Order: sequence, then structure tokens, then C-alpha cells
Amino acid sequence: MLDFSKNYFELFGLPVDYIVDTDHLSTHYRELQKAVHPDRFANSTEQERRLSMQGSVRINEAYETLKDPILRARYLLSLHGIDMEHGQETTRDAAFLMEQMELREALEEARDQPDPYQVIAAFMADVNQRINALIAQMAIQFEAATPEQLEAARENLRKMQFLKKLRFDAESLEAELDDAL
Amino acid sequence: MALLQLSEPGQSAAPHQHRLAVGIDLGTTNSLVAAVRSGKAVTLPNDDGEHLLPSVVRYTENGIEVGRQAKEMAAKDPLNTIISVKRLIGRGLADIKSLGNQLPYQFQDGDAAVPRIHTARGDVSSVEVSSEILKSLVRRAESSLGGELEGIVITVPAYFDDAQRQATKDAATIAGLKVLRLLNEPTAAAVAYGLDTGSDGVHAIYDLGGGTFDISILRLNKGVFEVLSTGGDSALGGDDLDHAIAEWIMSQADIDRDADRSTLRQLMQVACQAKEALTESDSTAISVVLADGASWQGELSREHFNILVDPLIRKTLAPCRRALRDAGLTPEDIEDVVMVGGSTRVPRVRELVGEFFRTEPLVDIDPDRVVAIGAAIQADILVGNKSDNEMLLLDVNPLSLGIETMGGLVEKLIPRNTTIPVARAQEFTTFKDGQTAMAVHVLQGERELVVDNRSLARFELRGIPPMVAGAARIRVTFSVDADGLLSVEAQEQSSGVRASVEVKPSYGLTDGEIESMLRESIDHAQEDMEARKLREQQVEAERVIEALTAALEDDGDALLNADERSSVESALRTLAEITRNGDHAAIKSAVDALEKSCEFYVERRMNASVRKAMSGHSVDDFE
Repeated sequence: MLDFSKNYFELFGLPVDYIVDTDHLSTHYRELQKAVHPDRFANSTEQERRLSMQGSVRINEAYETLKDPILRARYLLSLHGIDMEHGQETTRDAAFLMEQMELREALEEARDQPDPYQVIAAFMADVNQRINALIAQMAIQFEAATPEQLEAARENLRKMQFLKKLRFDAESLEAELDDAL
Repeated sequence: MALLQLSEPGQSAAPHQHRLAVGIDLGTTNSLVAAVRSGKAVTLPNDDGEHLLPSVVRYTENGIEVGRQAKEMAAKDPLNTIISVKRLIGRGLADIKSLGNQLPYQFQDGDAAVPRIHTARGDVSSVEVSSEILKSLVRRAESSLGGELEGIVITVPAYFDDAQRQATKDAATIAGLKVLRLLNEPTAAAVAYGLDTGSDGVHAIYDLGGGTFDISILRLNKGVFEVLSTGGDSALGGDDLDHAIAEWIMSQADIDRDADRSTLRQLMQVACQAKEALTESDSTAISVVLADGASWQGELSREHFNILVDPLIRKTLAPCRRALRDAGLTPEDIEDVVMVGGSTRVPRVRELVGEFFRTEPLVDIDPDRVVAIGAAIQADILVGNKSDNEMLLLDVNPLSLGIETMGGLVEKLIPRNTTIPVARAQEFTTFKDGQTAMAVHVLQGERELVVDNRSLARFELRGIPPMVAGAARIRVTFSVDADGLLSVEAQEQSSGVRASVEVKPSYGLTDGEIESMLRESIDHAQEDMEARKLREQQVEAERVIEALTAALEDDGDALLNADERSSVESALRTLAEITRNGDHAAIKSAVDALEKSCEFYVERRMNASVRKAMSGHSVDDFE
């Protein structure tokens, strides 16, 4: 089946790098799925269906990983021999943590604002901007790929996970407001 | 079949015979069947020229009626006439009660997983009722197409959960049908539109049916339909608009909430007619015959109708916003909005949806038929009639899947809107010294607390070797296949103790129940189970033989050396021989043996096709 020894970047014919050519990625993703997706084997033997399912799952996993800046960073670190504990590591940057608390409070207050949806939308835009700033830093860090720079990327990744959680909580708050309608 | 037919290069050996397959839109209010005929997907009418089959089944002492005939008796015989069964499928009694509908049926008491409705012909489950609708459509298709169907594609709301999907598939199994794929309704509609217009870009599909609402955002790119996100409400639809009108009539006409059942049915019919009339006119007259024989006359303006239904329509916009967010898009990114489902005929629906997406909604294809047409196109491809087709559907799972952890919390393993098929694993551990068993509780939904989510299944992993707390490593793997159906496996890593479930939802039929229902339905077809098993196994064997033979012609020389090729060929001959003379068990083991001995070849083939895909060459370049 699909060559499982290949890393995700190789699977899509991409250089191993934090900056990814997303057009190249999605074009190759579609081509690969056209070749192995279970729909291509719906009327085929059980064996082929099983293999095709495995291959398709692998391609989806790889695509998902390379598309997402957090998953991609974690994967890239693992290729460099640095395995992050699954979401357990946290940053010790006091200033950053203080900022996080303030953001969280701002989000909590959104619910009592006259137009909570608008407040939440602005909040998410802010969080996205912070994530993008980290992405830009990490691109440089992975490019250099010295042990110090990789450690710095790891620290940025920890921060990014915080921000992602914050974005998720903002979405949950919005869903909660929707449900109350 | 000749095993070693020679063919000119670039020419396929024998043109595959056209295989019969249909797409079925199993709707809340109406159902349809469609097929590709002479290259064009069309819905198939019954002998009277009607395309829509009302999704109504009536059970009488004399037999089972499906469709218009049954619908006409709905008000007179409400207890035995099952309407909108799609609202019940895959749901437990508690769910059904919480839907808050005034259902007239008599549900059997007791704690059976699948609620059964008491009728003049015995107790029936929603799965059986649905299977009657499927059977009726398949009969229609087989007489219209002139042969037995090889498979069907059934559409389901994108927002259907695992239990509802599994129950739908079970309905097909009981009807003795092979399901090629469960296809999400909005995706089916996109196929019907996409192939029509061939326009690459991002589209929204707004599907408001009789009882369900779906929104899907998808990108079409060179024949690949990539669903980016989906959302909806599996208990909101046109029926609810009718309810709103019915409630208004009740308040105007002083009709009691506990009025008799046929008055309630009559009210719903009158409400539905009023809704339909208001699509064209600004106002409509309403008349209701009350239980005491008196009648009530009234007038409903479109303006007032809009006020009644506005909250319901606005309720559909929250999932739209969420789906956009999940796709990482804004309304401006959406090229167009395709309207699907009869309820999108309501002018107010089009107005509010157009406002939200800032574009005039597309209504070119009959919103009642578009889903069935898309399903037929997909069925035709899946059954293998168009091997060179470029179309591919990449769909997502609509709801997050997770597992219960300490403190009644849900740990999500597969978040919503993950492209399927997908498999994800996570490790858990024991929390007590010497713990030898672990309960796995599988959940679906977005909320943090277990109690707020849908419980899909519970099972136990037993036989964990006693260790200190936290030492065991229990790996739980969730797999969702291309139909959106989940299976779960748990394994203790150090000892290899394994437990797995095909997630048979808590509200699902057991395999035993399915088998006995299938047996019953086969009895009518005067064919016993043994004969059926033999025939199924023969079909599977023929499929294997055909696939392998075609493969050998295609690339046998390129991928196999002479020895390998002759061993594959001799294995093929053995299977062909056993298929002719053996019983089903013998054929099955011969198929297994062949697959095992050819595994290396199948893998090489798939790798070769991956290489081709990667190098950007099509098969033609090699010929």
C-alpha cells in the first residue's frame, strides 16, 4: 500500500519546511485521493476496499497535518526529533500568560455586551492576528533549524496552543448564544 | 468469462456491461428514485407518471400500502398510517418525545432499544417502515430499468448522526439491498448542480427539507467536490412551518391541544396547503372541519405567515454562520447558494438566505429532485459504469466524536468537519491499582459534558493485566468510513488485549434483529437464506474474478514477472471452479485464499496508481 515510510511532506512532493505551498498541497491532495479514495473501489473486492480505506485515511491525515499551522509545527518538530507531549506542555512566559488572562476576561465579558456576536468576531480576529504573528516567527525559526531556534519554535507552539484554545472557547460561547436564541 | 482474453493495446477487452444502480432520496415527506439513462440522470416515475412517492406507509390487516394511497388515508386512519418516519429513524423513545411533535402513534411500552409502533399488522420499527419505502422505490426502478439492481446510493441529511445513518443502512439491508454509499444530501445536490454548470469555486448548499435542515460549504475543483464544512439541525424542517400555522389556526379557532387525532392530522394538512398556497399568492383562505361537525373559516396573509415562521427560518442561519467559520470563510467568499428541499420554495426562506449570503439563491433545478439526481450520478460511477470519470466526493463527519473521561467530560477524538475516511487514536490509562477492565463510552456532539451529547455506544475492555494505576496503556481507535459510519477499537498495548465494536448505536437494531427481519422479508420473495447466502457469495467471487482479470489485462505484464503472473492465474482458475460447484462456505474460503495470495499484487497496483497520480500522468500516457 501507500509507502508508509514516506513522511507527510514527501507524500505530497513538498520540501520539508514550515512554509508550505498550499496550492501545491491541495492539488496533490486531490490527485492522490482520486487514485486511492474508497469511492474508486466501491464495487471492488473487499481487500481492495480495505487497502483503499487505509490509503485514503493516511492521505487525509497527512493533508490535515500539513494544512494546520499547529499540527504542522508539531509534526515538523517530531521530524527534528523533538516530541511534544500531547497538548500537555505549557509556556512559562509570565507576560504572555498575563495577556492570556486578560484576553480570557474580555471574552467572558462579551456575553453581557449589547452585541455579543460583534464582540466575539472582533475578539477572534485579534486572536487570529496573534496566531499569524507566531506563524511568521516560526517560519524563520524552522528555516534556521538550529537547536536554539527549534527550542524557540517549540515555545511558540506552546503559545499557539493557548491561542487556539482561546479561539475554540470563543466559538463555544457563540454556539451557546445561538442555542439560547 | 474468458480469463486470458487478448486485447489490442489501449483497448479494453470487453466493454463492461452497463450495471444497474440507482440513487434514492429517502425524504421526510416524499421520496424519489433516479437513475442514469442514456448518459443523463433522471428521476423515475411510477405507472401513473408520478415522480414523488409520499413517504407514507399504512399497515392494514390485508397488507402494506406505500405512497399516495397510504397518504390519502392518513387523516382517517392515523394510528396505522406512518408519516414522516425519517424523524423517528435512529432515535430512542425519549428522543422522540423530546422532539415535541404531536405524534399520533401508539408506541409499544417497554425498554426496547428501538421504539416500535403498534399497528393493525403488528408492531413495526422506524427501520422497517423505511425499508418498505425503499422496497417500493426499488420495485419501481427495476420494472422501469428492466433488471435487477446491483446497488443503490441512499442520501441522508449531512447532519444525521451515527445512529440515524446506521438505521438508514439497516433499512436497506432489511429490504435486501446493497448500499454502495450513504451520500449526504447537500453533497448530492452539489453534484447535480456542479456537473450541470461545471463551475469551480466555493458554493453553499442550503437544504431545508420536510423535517431536516442542512448547510454545506464545499469547494469544487476539477471534478473534486471537497466539503469544507457542514452544519444543520436534524429536527427542523418544513413540517415545523406547518406546525406554526397549525398552532395559529388552533388559537384562532379555539381548538384544544388534546383534540382528537384526525382533527390534528387534518390541521396539519390544511396548514401545509396554506403554506404552499402562500408561495404564489399574498393571502389564502383556510377552512377546518371541527370534531362537532361545525367548521371554522379564516384567512392567512403572507405577511402574517412570515411573522409566524421568521423565528424558525432565522434558526437556520446560526448553523450557516458556524459552517462558514469552520470553513474559514466569510459570506463574501461564497460564489452562490444552491437551494434544495421543498421548503426552500417559501419566498421568505429565499429572502432571508439571500440576505445572509449576499447573493441571489440558485433555484434552477427542481429542489425536490436535485438530491435524487445527484445520488443517481454517484451510483452510476460507484457501480463502475464510468471508470474514467474524474469526479470525486470528499465529505466530512458532521459532528465531533469522542469518549467519556473522568468527571463526566468528553474527550474529542475526531472533531466535526474532519474529512472522511478518518482514523484517530488516543491512549488512556487505568486510574486504580489492579484495574482489569475499562468502560468505553462513545459519544457524538459538540458539548463538553457527557450528558449534553448523544450516547452512541458503550462497551468494556476486559482482561487488562493487573498493574499499578496509570501503567496500562489503552489505545482507543475511532475509524469513520466513507459512509460516515463509526467503528471503535480499544486495545491494551502491553498485553495486546483487544476489544472492538462496530458502533451499533444504543438505539440501533441488533444484528440478530436485522437478520430475522431480512429473513421475514425474504420469505415473501420465496427464497431461503441459504440460497441467498450462496448467491451473495457467488456475486462476491465473480466480482473478485472480474476485478483481478481486468487488472491482469491492464498491468499484469508491467507489475508481475512470469512466475507471479502464472500463480495469480492459477489461483483465479481455482476460484472460478469452486464458484461454479461449491457451497457458500467453500466459495468464501476460496475468495479469502485468493485475496491472500494476491495481496502483493493488489498493493503494487495501488502504489502504481499513487505514483501515477503524483507524477501527474494519467493512465493514457502509458499506453
